[in-house]
Amino acid sequence: MQELALRVGGAAGDGIATVGETFCRLFTRQGFYAFGHTGYQSVIRGGHVWFQARGSPERIWSQGDGCDVLYALDRQTVEVHAPTLRPGGVLVFDPEKFSVAPEQVPAGVKLFPVPTLQMSRKFASEPILQNGVGMGVVSALAGQPLSVLHGILTDSLGRKGTVLSQNLSASEAGFHYATEHIGALDRALPEKGGTPKLLMSGNQAIALGAVAAGMKFLSQYPMTPASSIMHWLAAHAEKFHVVVKQAEDELAAINMAIGASHAGVRAMTATSGGGFSLMVEAFGMAGMTETPLVVVESQRSGPSTGLPTKTEQGDLQMILGASQGEFPRVVLGPGSVAEAYRETARAFQLAEDWQTPVVVASDLYLSEDVQGLDREDLPALPPPASLFTVPEPMEGGNGYLRYKDTPSGVSPRAIPGQRGLMFDAGSDEHDEAGRLVSDVLSGIPAYVEVRRKMMEKRMRKLSGIRAATPPPTLEGPGDAELTLVGWGSTALPVRDALPLLKGQGIAVNYLHVAQPWPLHGEAIARVLRSAKRTLLIEQNFSGQLGRVITAETGIRFPDTLLKYDGEPFYPWEIVTKVMEVTGRVHR
Amino acid sequence: MSIAESPVRPQGPPLKVVYKSQTKATWCPGCGDYGVMAALEMAFKALKIPPHELVLVSGIGCSSNLPHFFKTYGFHGLHGRAVPVATGIKLANPSLTVVVAGGDGDGYGIGLGHSLHAMRRNLDMTYVVMDNEIYGLTTGQASPTSTLGAKTKSTPLVGVIEAPVNPLALALGAGATFVARAFSGDPKQMADLLAQGIRHKGFALVDVFSPCVTYNHLNTFDFFRSRVYKLESVGHDPSDPVEAFRRTLEWGERIPTGLFYRAERPTYEELEPALKDGPLTTQRAGLPPDVDPLKEFY
Repeated sequence: MQELALRVGGAAGDGIATVGETFCRLFTRQGFYAFGHTGYQSVIRGGHVWFQARGSPERIWSQGDGCDVLYALDRQTVEVHAPTLRPGGVLVFDPEKFSVAPEQVPAGVKLFPVPTLQMSRKFASEPILQNGVGMGVVSALAGQPLSVLHGILTDSLGRKGTVLSQNLSASEAGFHYATEHIGALDRALPEKGGTPKLLMSGNQAIALGAVAAGMKFLSQYPMTPASSIMHWLAAHAEKFHVVVKQAEDELAAINMAIGASHAGVRAMTATSGGGFSLMVEAFGMAGMTETPLVVVESQRSGPSTGLPTKTEQGDLQMILGASQGEFPRVVLGPGSVAEAYRETARAFQLAEDWQTPVVVASDLYLSEDVQGLDREDLPALPPPASLFTVPEPMEGGNGYLRYKDTPSGVSPRAIPGQRGLMFDAGSDEHDEAGRLVSDVLSGIPAYVEVRRKMMEKRMRKLSGIRAATPPPTLEGPGDAELTLVGWGSTALPVRDALPLLKGQGIAVNYLHVAQPWPLHGEAIARVLRSAKRTLLIEQNFSGQLGRVITAETGIRFPDTLLKYDGEPFYPWEIVTKVMEVTGRVHR
Repeated sequence: MSIAESPVRPQGPPLKVVYKSQTKATWCPGCGDYGVMAALEMAFKALKIPPHELVLVSGIGCSSNLPHFFKTYGFHGLHGRAVPVATGIKLANPSLTVVVAGGDGDGYGIGLGHSLHAMRRNLDMTYVVMDNEIYGLTTGQASPTSTLGAKTKSTPLVGVIEAPVNPLALALGAGATFVARAFSGDPKQMADLLAQGIRHKGFALVDVFSPCVTYNHLNTFDFFRSRVYKLESVGHDPSDPVEAFRRTLEWGERIPTGLFYRAERPTYEELEPALKDGPLTTQRAGLPPDVDPLKEFY
């Protein structure tokens, strides 16, 4: 597969994210698919930050393996990333800052010293302008015309007149310098791909999907890697008529969302594992009061504060077990940026149809990395239908039972403001009318029966949800030597590994469990029983999805590929493991 | 000001409207919370608020059972989390009248943070705290407002050794725009303060001495009856924050009740851009048809 990977690295504060995003747009604006992966630390200045922008005329799903251009702003970047340069690649650095010895790069990689600082001083004294030169250099190496870079810079810096003109001049100088000295790489993509692609992160897709699904209220407390959901929505709050409320803590955030939903609007909260830990009690209250609620849980490496800027899928068991007692819940694990959009929208529909909480389980990798997409990947959604199942007005609606026991377990829902339908939503156990059975009635035989009935009414929703939702999909060839099993963002590197494996003559498919709960146990068992061999792949220590599948189907996973070092899977890791499991190579 | 002054909704229903539900209150005989229930009903009647436009929100505790005794909309949530639920309700539909009810453990203990943040936001809601200086429902442990030295189930040896929270002083510091104190032994004064609080455009705190007759034998009806005096009787000016603060510090032989402080400040709802076009509940949902939401991603 034709592809080109541009990598930049330096310290926090060096503008790495901006440069990296610009590299991504060099691809997407020219009509190529792209994937942008960022690696950063929990510091504002210093430390080590890097970004890989990968482009291809074909769909790509991950950061891939290796890079072709490395623009190193500091010595550490050379130490960490030079070994990943592929033959034919180029290391760009400024000899004024540090020197690089030829033996520091793999065979077939060129060293390209560029006096970026010196060149940038012609236009401005701020050292950050070296990136203007650097971006020009990399554009030339990537074989993309200067006009594309200038277009990107104009759009991103348009409001900053002087800064823009300085960057245009600096990048032009860098572009010509690289053209004169090296020119485009052999691996460079053609000048033009298909139609321009859009570039979106998982969190942006979640936010957009939520608005498209009719969300009117977000309450959130800042926490990496969920914060950018709030940032994007706050910036668009007026345009899309959404209340975005930064709460004082996660307890408030989820309780506010429940309040807003109770009052009759689609509401969401978003957090990471630590924040979700604080939300757990109210999560159960949404189940008990049968209030529709969408919670985005973007996981990061735990336990405790863990690795705040690194990825993991370690919270599945917590999400499945969160809150005391039992109540129906839905857990979705989208496996791409486009899925993040669609699954978030589906989460709202499920929450409302079944009047129960739904978790969209993302992770740092999916939430923060960016993917190049076609417009068709994000289909427009019909405006949400009426939220309420009780017609208004209902004068003298004394017979109204908010928690009426029905065959589906779902009861007619009224909202405050509707005449004649007044009821109490209680976190205590209650009867069909919402009257407490917790205080003076609990233990009285008739109300022992009410309790049993209300539990069954709520829990009944689970089988309805399972029946109403699609079972997991099997991606790749039907007849495979090995079936990979995973959920959520793991789908990204797996989708890049499958063609590589095919190239090795190994037919492998992937069971993508995008809805870990309620699990479609029977459908999964059918796939796994007919599989020649399975390999469970998860970004956690104990194979948490595997445990759920085993519990529900009795099927075990003798072979696993589990990763818990904070870094996402790289396609080569999956290829290597599959070759080992299928007896191609021996450790 | 009297509660008989102009109602919140002049076009409201006739005075015959029933606010109480058929659920009998479950409090101990003689509990101060009966006075609060009566005063709330008086305030609702005086203001002629249609019951379907009223939402009573509570947390957990004896006093938090209150919504069940009213035939309005109600949300009986988690311990300490009534205020954020009420915040969500109010932001979704500012046309509703939102009243939060709870106890001192709920609002000044486990939920204190939420109370202070709600005050600084100045959401248009009323918070009535039935302050009995004890944990009642959990059978008599010390509360954040328990008196120094008070012996309770959790402080049986030397009594409480933490200084009590001063809720009214905290409210002033947090930016509440309506700060009042009532006493269950005077439901009329309380009804008047509650009605003023509900009419007040902004966050209103009404702290109520609501004695627990079972577990608090220190802060009894008699204790308060012999000490309380009305701020209006001493010519207190509720627009003076410094004087209001001084009055919140009075504790001992004479304890003030009434309106400590009132100020005009824009409410959160008024400043929220997304509510310019009315309640969220009546706005259209989904992406606006005239906007290409994907344009910015190219």
